[in-house]
Amino acid sequence: MSTTHLDISKVSIEFPTAKGFFKALDGVSLKIEKGEFVSLIGHSGCGKSTVLNIVAGLYDATEGGILLDGKEVKGPGPERAVVFQNHSLLPWLTSYQNVELAVKQVFKKTKSKKEMHDWIMHNLELVHMTHAADKRPDEISGGMKQRVGIARALAMEPSVLLMDEPFGALDALTRAHLQDSLMEIQKDLNNTVIMITHDVDEAVLLSDRIVMMTNGPEATIGEILKVDLDRPRDRLALANDPKYVDYRAQVLTFLYEKQRKVESA
Amino acid sequence: MNIPNLSIASLKEKIENFSIKSLLFPLFGILAFVLLWQVGASRVHTSLGEFPGPAVVYEQWGGLVAEHSNERLKEEKFYERQEKRIEARQAKDPSYVGKLRAYTGKPTFFDQIFTSLYTVLAGFGLASLIAIPLGILIGLNSSVYSALNPVIQIFKPVSPLAWLPLVTMVVSASYVSDDPMFSKSFLTSMFTVTLCCMWPTLINTAVGVAAVEKDLLNVSKVLRLGWVTHVMKIVIPSAIPLMFTGLRLSLGIAWMVLIAAEMLAQNPGLGKFVWDEFQNGSSNSLGRIMVAVLMIGFIGFLLDRAMLTVQRFVSWDKTQVLR
Repeated sequence: MSTTHLDISKVSIEFPTAKGFFKALDGVSLKIEKGEFVSLIGHSGCGKSTVLNIVAGLYDATEGGILLDGKEVKGPGPERAVVFQNHSLLPWLTSYQNVELAVKQVFKKTKSKKEMHDWIMHNLELVHMTHAADKRPDEISGGMKQRVGIARALAMEPSVLLMDEPFGALDALTRAHLQDSLMEIQKDLNNTVIMITHDVDEAVLLSDRIVMMTNGPEATIGEILKVDLDRPRDRLALANDPKYVDYRAQVLTFLYEKQRKVESA
Repeated sequence: MNIPNLSIASLKEKIENFSIKSLLFPLFGILAFVLLWQVGASRVHTSLGEFPGPAVVYEQWGGLVAEHSNERLKEEKFYERQEKRIEARQAKDPSYVGKLRAYTGKPTFFDQIFTSLYTVLAGFGLASLIAIPLGILIGLNSSVYSALNPVIQIFKPVSPLAWLPLVTMVVSASYVSDDPMFSKSFLTSMFTVTLCCMWPTLINTAVGVAAVEKDLLNVSKVLRLGWVTHVMKIVIPSAIPLMFTGLRLSLGIAWMVLIAAEMLAQNPGLGKFVWDEFQNGSSNSLGRIMVAVLMIGFIGFLLDRAMLTVQRFVSWDKTQVLR
């Protein structure tokens, strides 16, 4: 039996609140292949971050579970590296030291000092941040911090890369720049990625599949859209591509007609 | 051609603004204070004469400096005489081994300052050695926090004067040695300072440790950092700013407590100097006490600045406004 790379199987989660249990997710099932780029999109509060946190192991599912290469996931670990929305770099360490902390933790038994150094520099190189290796987070821009955050996650050599609205806090230009960088890295490394976003263009541009989530509570997967566009993708060329426009329209239709947010209507 | 002129002008303006804010205004404040002091002092009459004004205090300061150098001179001569005597005896009898007797003159104002300084630093150092690790432990573990919190809350507001008799008795009873390394008075003052000043460091460290950003804790979890690495790399650095807030409060308290303890216990130090002058009751006394008051304030200020300098050096957060 061929096992799926990452199997999210009938995951439900309940949070205890003052008014009893709050069921945030209900029966979320998703199978992801190796090297696939999957986006989770939905209105805020639909539980997309919760799905990611369960895969990361930061939350425990009440029902169902996660299988990674056939093994059940318990607790967080570097094989499921997370890129957080707010970079989450340690402000007292330089870019290099931030990546080093991860590398030392993951490779202390398998890599020599020299190899670790090369690996750190290699990952900073991937995100074009070698020039700021010795700068601390408060000395570099928001986009650069996010790049270092990505380098730290990539340096863990994760089986699955989890990205929680990685570009959400950035301005449009920086965001486009980083999306291009991410596509470039993805082409070389062919990582399995789950990315949360609320940006329709970002989802269509980057993903192989877009998972659209219904509104909470008891949120679940509404529709899954397969994005069949050739890679490398170019944002300018795609802007007028009828297929791209159609994908975009499908996601928008889902978000603003089928799953229109009641309170904001 | 106008541009360089302009930039020079703006530079000049900057320098002027800087000197006004950093020099002129403080100077003005000090002058106003001295003036008020002079006017106020001349209206207050005590049984020991007029309340000392700035001029009298300055004069007494000179007196204290002279007294100190006299005392040092006497000490020097005392040792010189002994050495000569020993030499003379050795000339007669080569097998004679001389023994230098220690000088036992009265400690001067500056000797007392020195005593107070190392006592406060020892007490504060001991308090920090206890409070920082304990604070980290409390901050990390809410059960330990719940267990220790009532004890901390009870002991935190206790005045040094209440501790003093207990500490004195315990030290006299337990520190018995024929050749003591420390004098009992030093230990009493030091432990009293420690007991009173450890609380702000303890509480601020605990709060700082407990307030580590959730995102950073998640990073630690994803990396599966071990307990020691987690504490050293994530918890302590992020608690450092609050830890220093606590340390500075503690050092301030330590200095105030020490003076009070020295006065009450008659332990050597600035507090004893003030008390002795008060008991002495000569016409110079009030002026000398005023010198001591100003000196206590000045040293307290220097201690705080020193702590600030250490904080600047240690803290990663250079953007933090330190005052």
